[in-house]
Amino acid sequence: MPAVKAIKGIGHRTVNAVWRIGVATRFFLLTLTHSGSGFRRFHLIVKELFSTGVMSLIIIIVAGLFVGMVLGLQGYETLKRYGSESALGSMVALSLVRELGPVVAALLFASRAGSAMTAEIGLMRATEQISAMEMMAVNPIARIVAPRFWAGVISMPLLAAMFSAVGVFGGYLVGVVQIGVDEGSFWSQMQAAVDFREDILNGVLKSFVFGIVVTVIALFEGYDAPPTAEGVSGATTRTVVTSSLAILMLDFVLTAIMFRGN
Amino acid sequence: MVFPKGKLIAIMGLSGCGKTTLLRHIGGALKPTKGCVKVGGQVVHELDQDGLYAMRRKMGMLFQFGALFTDMSVYDNVAFQMREHTDLPEEIIHDLVLMKLHAVGLRGTHHLMPSELSGGMARRVALARTVALDPMLIMYDEPFAGLDPISMTVVGDLIRSLNDALGATSIIVTHDIQESLKIVDYVYFMANGVIDAEGTPDEIRAADKEFVHQFVHGEMDGPVPFHYPGGEYRQDLDLKG
Repeated sequence: MPAVKAIKGIGHRTVNAVWRIGVATRFFLLTLTHSGSGFRRFHLIVKELFSTGVMSLIIIIVAGLFVGMVLGLQGYETLKRYGSESALGSMVALSLVRELGPVVAALLFASRAGSAMTAEIGLMRATEQISAMEMMAVNPIARIVAPRFWAGVISMPLLAAMFSAVGVFGGYLVGVVQIGVDEGSFWSQMQAAVDFREDILNGVLKSFVFGIVVTVIALFEGYDAPPTAEGVSGATTRTVVTSSLAILMLDFVLTAIMFRGN
Repeated sequence: MVFPKGKLIAIMGLSGCGKTTLLRHIGGALKPTKGCVKVGGQVVHELDQDGLYAMRRKMGMLFQFGALFTDMSVYDNVAFQMREHTDLPEEIIHDLVLMKLHAVGLRGTHHLMPSELSGGMARRVALARTVALDPMLIMYDEPFAGLDPISMTVVGDLIRSLNDALGATSIIVTHDIQESLKIVDYVYFMANGVIDAEGTPDEIRAADKEFVHQFVHGEMDGPVPFHYPGGEYRQDLDLKG
């Protein structure tokens, strides 16, 4: 019976998905439990901050600049219809700090740093480095996972802030320098429209949540990857796909909570 | 199986017969469904996490391809356990690391990364890391796999000399019968998860048991058949008559 087979298949996949969520949650809690030793050896976190945060800077800055420039162009074209070109600065800044900064930076972070974390830990598993560590009585969650987790969580809001700042500069280049919007109104409208608590802090909170989610997904997929070339490549793909979907879904939820009715 | 103190013992058998699984049981990575493993009088599977880690500090394990940490230099690999488990000052760790590397003939490689080492050198660095804290029990999982004849002899001699120098007990899981019979004190042959034969290297060489004979002499057919069981050959080819 094909229908019964299909239902069985759906059931199997559902049970498997729920099981994986449970294992990932336990993995997250274990990571938090073992974070103390990571903070005692802060140099491990600093090392990971370099590879996840600093090494992601170029892609974040370049992407932020172009996104800001596009916002400047599109925003000007739209605002011109209503004679509100002077509001370009506030439009660019609000779009970036509320939405595009946290979301696009998180998507880029998942693609660059998240996939790298998964591949690195997956290969450590495949080449028995994690087993070797366990045999040396060193807990791999404390030594490998926790420092990477905190590096990801710390990096993400900083990268999102960098993305938004460079994006505002991109909007300024196109709107003020190229098109000729008045510089004074560009900055003053921005200053008047952007609220520190409502806009900036909420944006930072979003990127903090995205940082946790992306980093946990990347680390779990790597740690749980089958120790084969196919297993590691599959885990890397899953990191990017799952993280991207999680970012977009969480963005809706967070936006609904933070900005509803404002 | 019994592994007396100070002895070097080989576990041999076909792929999939349970040799590496046995090592994992000894190291506490797996729990037995029946029976038990005792190390230094302690039942391994009854230990909690702290007890298991305390026991593992007295053990060393050399993995099949070394399992060196690829993001650390040779020096940091060997120093890893000293930094994790002791409060030794860095000057003493420095001297100890160089002594361990000197013992495996690779003191000059301390600044290199694992990717810059040959397979044989990586295995020797891994050996130095394994004995970094002078373990009482050392386990070797296929230490000769993929090595050239010179590296094989070097690694074999090092395994023997380090075991004697440390007064440790060593267990080698290997397929390389000729190389291992040169260095070990005793051999267990495993088949289908049980001990099929055992003895000293001389007894193994002279054994008339069919499986051991086929294994020692590398014969193609015998108790372990060349052909995997399957259907009738003519039938599979759809031949009639």
